[in-house]
Amino acid sequence: MANVFAFVESRAGEVRKVGLEAVTAARQLADKLGAGEVHALILGPPGIAEKARQLGQYGADLVIAVEHAALTNYSPEVATATAAERIKSGGYRAAIFSTTAQGRDLAPRVAARLGVSVVTDVLSFDVEGDLLVVRHPMNIGKVIATLEISGSPAVIAMRPNVISPAQNPKAGRVETAQPAIDPESARVKVTETRQGGGGKLDLAEAPVIVAGGRGLKAKENFKLVEDLASAFGNAAVGATRAVTDDGWRPHSDQIGQTGRLVSPELYVAVGISGAVQHLAGMRTSKTIVAINKDKDAPIFKVADYGIVGDVFEVVPALTEAVREARKHH
Amino acid sequence: MKIAVCIKRVPDMDVRFKIGSDNASIDETGLKFDINDFDAWAVEAALQLKEKNAGSDVTVISLGPDVVQETIRKALSMGADKGVQLKADRVPFDGLTIAKALSEELKAGAYDLILFGKMSPDSSNGAVGPMTAELLGFPCVTAISSLEITNGKGTAKRELEGAQEFVEFSLPAVLTVDEGLNAARYPSLKGIMAAKKKPLEVKPAQISNPQVRVRKLELPPERKAGRIVGEGAAAVPELVQLLQTEAKVL
Repeated sequence: MANVFAFVESRAGEVRKVGLEAVTAARQLADKLGAGEVHALILGPPGIAEKARQLGQYGADLVIAVEHAALTNYSPEVATATAAERIKSGGYRAAIFSTTAQGRDLAPRVAARLGVSVVTDVLSFDVEGDLLVVRHPMNIGKVIATLEISGSPAVIAMRPNVISPAQNPKAGRVETAQPAIDPESARVKVTETRQGGGGKLDLAEAPVIVAGGRGLKAKENFKLVEDLASAFGNAAVGATRAVTDDGWRPHSDQIGQTGRLVSPELYVAVGISGAVQHLAGMRTSKTIVAINKDKDAPIFKVADYGIVGDVFEVVPALTEAVREARKHH
Repeated sequence: MKIAVCIKRVPDMDVRFKIGSDNASIDETGLKFDINDFDAWAVEAALQLKEKNAGSDVTVISLGPDVVQETIRKALSMGADKGVQLKADRVPFDGLTIAKALSEELKAGAYDLILFGKMSPDSSNGAVGPMTAELLGFPCVTAISSLEITNGKGTAKRELEGAQEFVEFSLPAVLTVDEGLNAARYPSLKGIMAAKKKPLEVKPAQISNPQVRVRKLELPPERKAGRIVGEGAAAVPELVQLLQTEAKVL
């Protein structure tokens, strides 16, 4: 029997959807390994243990909740020390993280502390004897690598949205634990986590992304994109590099080779021509819609559905139609 | 300040890649190589700190075969002071193997700051910076998009999904650089001439046994050809219909 460890991210005292995905992935892996247990670790402010109770529904046999007033913000050193200590003492076959800003920071450190390697941005995994075999995109997604991980524990970080959180109820016994080091002693301290606008959905988590490009012509026209996103109700707003470079949107909204890599259920590209650098960040989306006035724009080569037309005419009509369609649900 | 910047030579991504005959490497024929963009921003950050802090010194380090000397020379022509090539036949995929080789070199350097790009587009793993920090026992802040250093203390900003994180850290530290921190300078003609005379030391890299091996590389399946639903706002009802009944996303 081989147990699997899952690191569950929290933000602002809430369990993140990527955390549910990590537990779901760990459950799948534990089942492949043969009746192993899933142990989920979460760090956060007081109250996080109660919030983490739901992890049992996604297949956690044990939830280890570390509550501390200083853990409202991410603490890289506390998280590294606590996760590494727990993984070492638990003798896990594998440890699963998320490929987010936090997971990309944490997973490599934990792995290095354990003396093992790490693969981030994992698309799928399988067990072959002593090897964990994973698929991982390289060269901005233009090449897919099949990698053999021989170290144990195998440390991987899943790409968000490739595994949907799935119900698979297990005991989900909640145990509280202390941080492995005093948060006050940390040499790196996050002093503030500033949310990017009221209640805006996270690009890594949103099932729908509406993204805008230069075709919108001016910063204020991004309102069209925001309105369409709010019509969907479950959409985040993204942007191309050209738009973030021009300061129309913050860099954190950039989707592409040097920005976020996203795989939502639905990606709506508004006034985006489809430069290679942008396609690298969104081509694994499940359904792609493109609206662009140039019928030869490269975005139409990857789009499932395209409308050739003026974004200022098409997008408001689409916003209205989406709003209507959702009303009848 | 004593600053080290670890840089990588990567292929230009704006091409259609071909898989090599071993099915586990990229066919490099005809590819153009340059410094990784994120690493160029790390070099720029080091040079800006050097300009603000008299007596500073910037060393660039790259692991790989002799062709990486070209990449090191580029950083030297931007204004770095000296280069180190950690000579290896090839750059392994395994980030831990690379981090171990780099930390062997870095630990003797008494650096105040060690900078990396946040990731390289070829291996797309982003592990080497934070792993090196861990092996050295240094504080580490990854994917920074702003940086201030005063009196041995640093502050930085990180872009999260839909949020920003503001971070304080002590030196010495390892930082990895995201887009948005700066714009990398172009080497001047004077810089290119000066770089030819700057020291570039070649040492063998200490390559340990990798725990991650590339079994196979493949080109991803092409997305199935999409369709143009129509032109202008008149096409909207049909699009919504398709999103509901065919794609089932609405």
